Amino acid sequence: MLVNPVKRTYLALESWFNLSFGSEWNPLYHLGTLSFFLFWVVLISGIYLFIPFHGSLDGAHASIEYMTHQQWYAGGVMRSLHRYASDAVIVTVLLHLFKEFASGRYRGFRWFSWVTGIPTLWMVVTLGITGYWLVWDEMAQYVAVGSARLMDALPIFSGAMTRNFISGGMSDRFFILIEFLHLLGQPLLLVFMLWLHVKRLSNVNINPPRGLAAGTFVALLALSLFEPATSHAPANLARVPQEIHIDWFYLNVYPLLEIWPAQRIWMLTIGVTLLLMMMPWLLPRRDGPKAVVDLEHCNGCGICFEDCPFEAITLRARSDGARYDHEVVVDPALCGACGICAGSCPASNPFRTPRGELKTGIDMPQLPANEMRRRVRATIGSMHGELKILLIGCEHGLNVERLDGSEVRGIRLICSGMLPPTLVEFALKHGADGVMVVGCRQNDCYFRFGNRWTRMRFAGERKPILRARAERERILIHGAAEPDIDEIEHDLGEFRKRLRELRPIDAAIST
Amino acid sequence: MVEIKNKPVRILLQAFNYGLFMALIWYFASAPSVRILAEDEAMITIAFAHAGQLREPCRRLSQQELDELAPNMRKLEDCPRERSPVTIEARLDGEPFYSASLPPPGLFGDGGVDVFHSAKVPAGTHHLSLKMNDSVRFEGFNYSLERAVRVDPAQILLVSFQLERGFVLKDGLE
Repeated sequence: MLVNPVKRTYLALESWFNLSFGSEWNPLYHLGTLSFFLFWVVLISGIYLFIPFHGSLDGAHASIEYMTHQQWYAGGVMRSLHRYASDAVIVTVLLHLFKEFASGRYRGFRWFSWVTGIPTLWMVVTLGITGYWLVWDEMAQYVAVGSARLMDALPIFSGAMTRNFISGGMSDRFFILIEFLHLLGQPLLLVFMLWLHVKRLSNVNINPPRGLAAGTFVALLALSLFEPATSHAPANLARVPQEIHIDWFYLNVYPLLEIWPAQRIWMLTIGVTLLLMMMPWLLPRRDGPKAVVDLEHCNGCGICFEDCPFEAITLRARSDGARYDHEVVVDPALCGACGICAGSCPASNPFRTPRGELKTGIDMPQLPANEMRRRVRATIGSMHGELKILLIGCEHGLNVERLDGSEVRGIRLICSGMLPPTLVEFALKHGADGVMVVGCRQNDCYFRFGNRWTRMRFAGERKPILRARAERERILIHGAAEPDIDEIEHDLGEFRKRLRELRPIDAAIST
Repeated sequence: MVEIKNKPVRILLQAFNYGLFMALIWYFASAPSVRILAEDEAMITIAFAHAGQLREPCRRLSQQELDELAPNMRKLEDCPRERSPVTIEARLDGEPFYSASLPPPGLFGDGGVDVFHSAKVPAGTHHLSLKMNDSVRFEGFNYSLERAVRVDPAQILLVSFQLERGFVLKDGLE
């Protein structure tokens, strides 16, 4: 199956990091939380720097020089950490953007997180720009004059700001305004934007794995010690800085002022921003039919409410007079149509109605629990080899149907998280010698938690659990993307060997 | 997913990845540098705000016109708001340096204009000629300045304008 080149590039990068970091620490699986961690480093180092920092035109540069040189072991390291962690944030945020785009996680029901993410990136960039301003060295002067030229290109300022700077009009009051923006105004706005960005997600985690956080911090510390951040000469508005060693992560737009009018730079910036924000509609993808609740089979247990990755399910007081306290309600605008809720519903147990139609409390119209059961039965029935191995895949990981053979047949669910563990038991009971579940790569589920919940359910750590009577040797949980086919084939071969060594399936598994 | 099982190799490769990440950050945090001026260049910047003169002079109202107005609206003079464009022409060593005719902004064309032009010049002595017209009722240029100026490398020579003094050259802020 062909994967688009952008996704292929991303998957190759992901595989590279999986080699050494494994799926638990792979930085590409934790770009959001890694960015949060870097913000913590920036915040704590920033608080330290604020104490000796002198917030005036005359004192700012000297106080930073003191920290950098006289107090290099503390203030200097903190300054470097502040700077390099800020730069690292741009890398992680851009990679996060690329990843979400490459894997198609920006459209459909996800539009809100994507659209709020773009201005959040700009908030980070402007926060960095005001930070450079506070050093009040030649680079700060370059940034100040460049910013003024950009602002003056807007109809509301019309030349006043630039004139103010080049005629020596920069005052301590203006400097304090920038300080206020950098220390309070912009960070508060950024926190608000981040809250908005993750508002439609449940179980939001803002901490990366400890090992990854520790490794990143040690790397930043090493860079801070070996290449401490330094300043340019103090700003002098009567002279033009001849050469600036700019920070390209934050100040990349300023050199354009040398070749383009400010208006054109605004047009480019606004154009790129709008283009990115419009992506969910320029390259649209329709979500599948949304989850539907059947109150007749719902006892309001709330497992689907806890498992939903997108805050689409709410628990409300029972409205149909049934003896239960709650019922679940699905908001179609928030629903990702992943089916994880159907997998979590205890009523999806295929043993409940062996002959009649299987109805569950919350179901997916495009692939109801009854149809899943029918497909499992039919697929096992279609195999004629010595062994019968059922592969259960998802729509976003490896297409398991590529592995079809006489002993192996695959079916695809929307997400591996929509698989009720009891359906695996059902498959083993109805003729399968083994079941291999292949979701997205571990820790990188298209629907956030599908493969994680599946692993936890099968390990007995999350409801609904795989019952103790199920033969675990006959079940293999895996995660794979399209490029991993060789690896899956290899593991399937090993699984085959294991199944051959096992005694014939225990017919005693009861309903 | 293929993962290296050998722990020392795994740690070494992780260190390599962290190193690569830090190298990327270190490099682009300060390089490549941007050269704004060559060693022997300076900058001349023309920057000021100025409102052109009114297009038409104020006219004293006749007694009859005043009588026709409501008592609270009576003013002795009627002053049309529209201002003249500001035309500026600057030459350096006889060569055109900046030339513009800036119409007054605003819905009624009554705003002041912002003049801004900045360009690199070779350091050294130059002959600077500045001319400006701010009234449609005046033929030619009603303000001018001709002067030999000297600019050192990296220096900014700032040209501003004050109504009472005309063009003002500010070659250093100290």
